[in-house]
Amino acid sequence: MEIFGVPGALLGSQLLVGLINGSFYAILSLGLAIIFGLLNIINFSHGAQYMMGAFVAWIALNKLGVNYWVALLFAPIVIGALGVVIERTMLRKLYKLDHLYGLLLTFGLALIFEGVFRDQYGISGQSYPVPELLQGGVNIGFMFLPIYRAWVVVAALTVCFATWFIIEKTKLGAYLRAGTENPQMVQALGINVPLLITFTYGFGVALAAFAGVLAAPIYQVSPLMGSNLIIVVFAVVVIGGMGSIMGSILTGLGLGLIEGLTRVFYPEASAVVVFVIMVIVLLVRPAGLFGKA
Amino acid sequence: MNNPNSMFARALPILFGVLFLIGLVAPFAVYPTFLMKILCFGLFACAFNLLLGFAGLLSFGHAAFLGSAGYVCGMLVRDVGVTPEVGIIGGTLAAGALGWLFGMLAIRRTGIYFAMITLALSQMVYFVVLQWKATGGEDGLQGVPRGHLFGIIDLSDNIAMYYLVFAVFCIGFFIIYRAIHSPFGQILKAIRENEPRAMSLGYDVAKFKLLAFVLSAALAGMAGATKTLVFQLASLTDVHWHTSGEVVLMTLLGGLGTVLGPLVGAATIVSLQTELADSVGSWVTVIMGVIFVVCVLLFRRGIVGELQALIHRAGIR
Repeated sequence: MEIFGVPGALLGSQLLVGLINGSFYAILSLGLAIIFGLLNIINFSHGAQYMMGAFVAWIALNKLGVNYWVALLFAPIVIGALGVVIERTMLRKLYKLDHLYGLLLTFGLALIFEGVFRDQYGISGQSYPVPELLQGGVNIGFMFLPIYRAWVVVAALTVCFATWFIIEKTKLGAYLRAGTENPQMVQALGINVPLLITFTYGFGVALAAFAGVLAAPIYQVSPLMGSNLIIVVFAVVVIGGMGSIMGSILTGLGLGLIEGLTRVFYPEASAVVVFVIMVIVLLVRPAGLFGKA
Repeated sequence: MNNPNSMFARALPILFGVLFLIGLVAPFAVYPTFLMKILCFGLFACAFNLLLGFAGLLSFGHAAFLGSAGYVCGMLVRDVGVTPEVGIIGGTLAAGALGWLFGMLAIRRTGIYFAMITLALSQMVYFVVLQWKATGGEDGLQGVPRGHLFGIIDLSDNIAMYYLVFAVFCIGFFIIYRAIHSPFGQILKAIRENEPRAMSLGYDVAKFKLLAFVLSAALAGMAGATKTLVFQLASLTDVHWHTSGEVVLMTLLGGLGTVLGPLVGAATIVSLQTELADSVGSWVTVIMGVIFVVCVLLFRRGIVGELQALIHRAGIR
């Protein structure tokens, strides 16, 4: 079967890769958006925290014999707890300053995390086996669908929509949204805003670590896996604007798919297509697709 | 005259004079290549500081200007066969043009978005350099000849090369110094402090931001082009975001918005890297990260900023 002169299997598999990348963009940009909403900082160490999530899973498996499913829960908790410590001891001191200092601090942290892991594990990647339950694949007519990859998309989207649900439909989410709009007022109403901020940063970081564990069996677990990804995610955030949760999810997925299609039709441009789209969006709609001017 | 600021202003020409003399004799005391590296990164950081320290715009993509100018200069000198000064001018102009493109896009957003846009655009430049055949991909542009300045002076001599780098640095530094102390510089500061106010006073804020961006990019390019001649190499590292982060660190450590801070910061970081490269290996990145964190948390005025504050306090007393 051919579509636009391209074998269906090739198109299908690249779209799947695109969908997977898009799922990672969605989770990561979602985390950035949540953190930005309440803390007003861009978490530059988001990529490093994603990388550390993958490494926690890898170390847990190889040193402690802890399996994938436990790691999927365990790694976000560990990295999220580390995030809580970072917020309490460092980020907290910067809220009264220019927002750029938050970016610079987290950039420094990203360098530290990346450097430590590079010293321990070198730059070559470590492989993480696909869990037994999700090995193999199914033939869905026009292409072969590896089960693990399908699982990644399903798991990532489930987490994204669960996050959307918490923020838009629950009481905790209402506090969070109110805190984004007017923290002083929320504090005056008797809600512990500093605690809410700490929790939010920890949660955003935990999302990154969760994405890292999901990514471990697909990509090589390497110290640099996060830094290259995060710059693309920044472009995604610029394109989508950080104003809306659903906007982050849709933009992430959409751009992943577009990137996948580019890989089929014009592979040379696949590394830059997201940046090109960012340029176009800046020219046409500077506030971003879902952004408030 | 007890006003410490005016005392400081009167002392500044003397300080510059002393530094200039030190710069003239330095290559006879210290390894010239090391000095040239400091001067190139010093100019790069000064150019960056013009944007962040005075216009308040954080560009996280300045490596793109350093690197692309290096590649343009390298290709001009090696493949076209022009003389080194033409190579430097060509690289500077190319970086300025790229800066105009980046600036046009980035000034559409402010604050954190500005930083992310410049970072993303510079990453695009990185991929282009990586994939394009003419730039040598992962190997970079190797074997760039230093050539003869104006077709006469042989630059393969390190001392001759040093004086060219020193001259380039002085020209760049003078341009930045003049820009900061001109009405243009004052307007940039006004925009940094209160953009709506500057706008209501009738200044075309976007135009001034763009001008500052182009100037900063061109001067960063001048540093990059010169650096390519010094090391006879334009490498992927020069366009990588790590380099963009490094220049932020140099400026922050030396003193944001101070005239000499970026040079001091560049000298400190380059010395540290040279010193540490052999002993600690890959821990250099970690140490850079720690300096970043310490600067942001405890040392936001930077080395020169702290010194100025000290002098200021002593003057008041």
